[in-house]
Amino acid sequence: MATVLEPQKLTAADFKGKVDPDWCAGCGDFGVLSSLQKVLAEMNIQPHDVVTISGIGCSSNLPGFINTYGMHTLHGRALAVATGVKMANHKLHVVVTGGDGDGFGIGGNHFIHTIRRNVDLLYVAMDNQIYGLTTGQTSPTSRIGMKTKSMPYGNVEEPINPITLALAAGATFVARGFSAEPKHLADLMKQGLEHKGFSFIDVFSPCVTYNHDNTYAWFRERVRKLENDPSYDSSDWHEAMKRATLWGDEIPIGKFFQRTDRLALDQAEPVLDHGGPMAYREPRIPLELAKRLIKELM
Amino acid sequence: MDRTFAVAIGGAAGQGVATPGDIFAKLFARRGLHVNAYNAYQSIIRGGHTFLTIRTGIEEVKCFGDRIDLLIPLNQDSIDRHLRLMHSGSAIIYNSDTIRPGGPHEGVQLCPIPVNQLSKQSRSKVEQNTIALAASVKLMGLGFETLAEVLTEQFARKGDKVVTENLDIARIGYDYAAANFQPFAPPLPLSEMRYALLSGNIALAMGGAAAGVKFYCAYPMSPSTGVLHWMASHARDAGIVVRQVEDEIGVINMAIGAAHAGVRSMCATSGGGFALMTEGLGMSAMMETPVVVIDVQRAGPSTGVPTKTEQGDLWQMLGAGFGDFPRAIAAPTDILDCFKLVPEMHNLADRFQCPGIILSDLLLSEGRSSIDPKQLTFDTEIDRGEMITTNPGGTTPYNRYQITESGVSPRAIPGVPGHTHTASTDEHDENGVLISDEFTNPLKRRAMMEKRQRKMIGIEAAVKPPVLIGESGAAVTLVGWGSTDGVIREAVEMLNEDGISTNHLQIRWLVPLHGEAIVKILKSSKYSIIVENNYSGQFARYLRSETSYVPDGYIRKYDGEPFMPHHIVEAVKEQLASETHKTLSVPMHEIMV
Repeated sequence: MATVLEPQKLTAADFKGKVDPDWCAGCGDFGVLSSLQKVLAEMNIQPHDVVTISGIGCSSNLPGFINTYGMHTLHGRALAVATGVKMANHKLHVVVTGGDGDGFGIGGNHFIHTIRRNVDLLYVAMDNQIYGLTTGQTSPTSRIGMKTKSMPYGNVEEPINPITLALAAGATFVARGFSAEPKHLADLMKQGLEHKGFSFIDVFSPCVTYNHDNTYAWFRERVRKLENDPSYDSSDWHEAMKRATLWGDEIPIGKFFQRTDRLALDQAEPVLDHGGPMAYREPRIPLELAKRLIKELM
Repeated sequence: MDRTFAVAIGGAAGQGVATPGDIFAKLFARRGLHVNAYNAYQSIIRGGHTFLTIRTGIEEVKCFGDRIDLLIPLNQDSIDRHLRLMHSGSAIIYNSDTIRPGGPHEGVQLCPIPVNQLSKQSRSKVEQNTIALAASVKLMGLGFETLAEVLTEQFARKGDKVVTENLDIARIGYDYAAANFQPFAPPLPLSEMRYALLSGNIALAMGGAAAGVKFYCAYPMSPSTGVLHWMASHARDAGIVVRQVEDEIGVINMAIGAAHAGVRSMCATSGGGFALMTEGLGMSAMMETPVVVIDVQRAGPSTGVPTKTEQGDLWQMLGAGFGDFPRAIAAPTDILDCFKLVPEMHNLADRFQCPGIILSDLLLSEGRSSIDPKQLTFDTEIDRGEMITTNPGGTTPYNRYQITESGVSPRAIPGVPGHTHTASTDEHDENGVLISDEFTNPLKRRAMMEKRQRKMIGIEAAVKPPVLIGESGAAVTLVGWGSTDGVIREAVEMLNEDGISTNHLQIRWLVPLHGEAIVKILKSSKYSIIVENNYSGQFARYLRSETSYVPDGYIRKYDGEPFMPHHIVEAVKEQLASETHKTLSVPMHEIMV
């Protein structure tokens, strides 16, 4: 008697990494990790079809805590590495994780250019507005006046706004989440993974050890979901820019912007049109072509 | 005429030195003559002084030589700079409307061409160049047909009218030369051979295509940009993804990302760009992801002299990246070797899962040489090493960084079921789990360090030691590395002809060096001289640090221009004759370019 084996439904547990996170108890990054594990399981994406890529920092340790292919690269370079991965095998799901220092400080250049290229990947920045792993220095998103070990008298530099920056650089999917809103965050991640192109989610991920200004309580009082505003149209770039500049008593979270009319880099690259992922193609070039290449030089 | 013949074209950038240069090179290669060309130029789009030397001969032409037989100055500045270097028997073809030659040495034939009078159409620099080209062809005895063929091809894109105009004006120049000037005697020899013309950069790029490179990325930087240009223009045909990246940090990281996902990946830059790549190089070693980086050296430090050559990056390559890690470094010895070395380096990088560095320089990368097309083999060996690309079943636990005797652990690429792991720049255990943060462990760290470094044993065994060229027991042994091979070979011939028995050791592999084999060769030499294109003797210092070997003398040049054979010959003679035990010679470059 033949038995038909139903493909086993994945659960978040299938994405549990080899070791448990070593983040401080209460760290916002836990919420990001569990939302990501949950979404990947829900979308039934096999662990071996995902590459999770990070830079360096507390949040960049994430690839070690999730069961997918992982790359824990250099400080600030995850997006460049991820672009290479996607070009070599565009069938893979690429998820990039990291912090605000990693992505907007040392990695700022790659952030802009990866957006410009519209590389099809999900970039989740765990934004805690502080350098945690180096024990508490000002970050590119630290607010003015914030006192840290590197600016003991208070930060005097205007912070980067990752949302407006991403919008201005031409990102095709821009959202903001809050790690204490895991369902909302998971939904944004799902939309981001489904989006063909560069999907950016800046996640408020409080640092309970070094950032005593922007705490869970501080955010809870302020965050407002864009999804609760029926008049909000996330295809309107100008409106997105306007909402993204709001900061104070009300801080919007949710999907700011999405457009689907631009090709992702793997779609725009003609070499990837036919023949499947580069990684599995015949390395040798055809003899006829080789002859032609030599003839050009005669 | 001697066994080689050199034409030089000089003018301002933008005056059209390159086109007649291309045409000469093609003419020679199509008449079965070998070619070696070097362009001395500057970092300027319009103006300055560009000086292209094309040397040809029936036998292999190893370098651009010592002498110019035919000078074509396109402006007054060019003739003023080079007139004094023209020897008896040489000729100068110039536009007598615009150039006053001054007094040449005895025996130099001045060939003034009244361009305005000869050209029926409006005055233009193109006409001047085509007339000069045709007159040269007549003087060299090459015949009009090949010139007509090459001109037709060269201008075909611009339409029939331009082709016809050029052919007409060429005929005028050819006939004028026949009527007014003395041809070189005897005319250039010819052969049935047909050669391909390659720059080192084209050879490196084509070597990549032959090696099965499927991802190439770069940031434009002279003198490496030619590799990007070839790759970009052939990407679609050859099925190579080519990206221009925002900076060289992005370049190496992107290249490693692609390599990690399973393709052969390559990038090229010059010294400054390489400096930005060094952290990435360490990542390649730590994650054990192969990558091949080409460094085309130019005169440094810092921005340096972007259009001039030097062998000044060796120590940067040796020390690039912090910490200890295995790497392979090789310097191609000529343009054909640029093509051959790339697949070899990829095989090595793949087999040992570490970075491989190719150290070219402006002389090779932007120089051109004739290559027998049969030498350009695209069926070269491709050895991807221990790579896991499929999982036919079974669930044996997979340890990406399994400790092995060879130091090499089978590498699963993302997408293979059952082999998920994290590759990390942090120190890690066999299974990829970090031992850098929470679980530091001196025993594991030591084991992983030794595992990676053990690969050097395999790399050394995979690479052949260098061999002495020429008779052992010679009075002089010249030692060079990389691009100086051609000029040293020619200097060796000249020294032997002058009665100074000389042999030659050229180093291609810098890491692994095979120091013992080198010392064994050099111990029996009577007077050894290390020749290199840098100030401090970077190779000499490296050889000493690895082997304690100290040579008898040094010849160095660091003025931005490559060695000419007579520089080496004269320096050797000077050192041999020196009673004060002069051991360092720094030849003066006589050509002002």
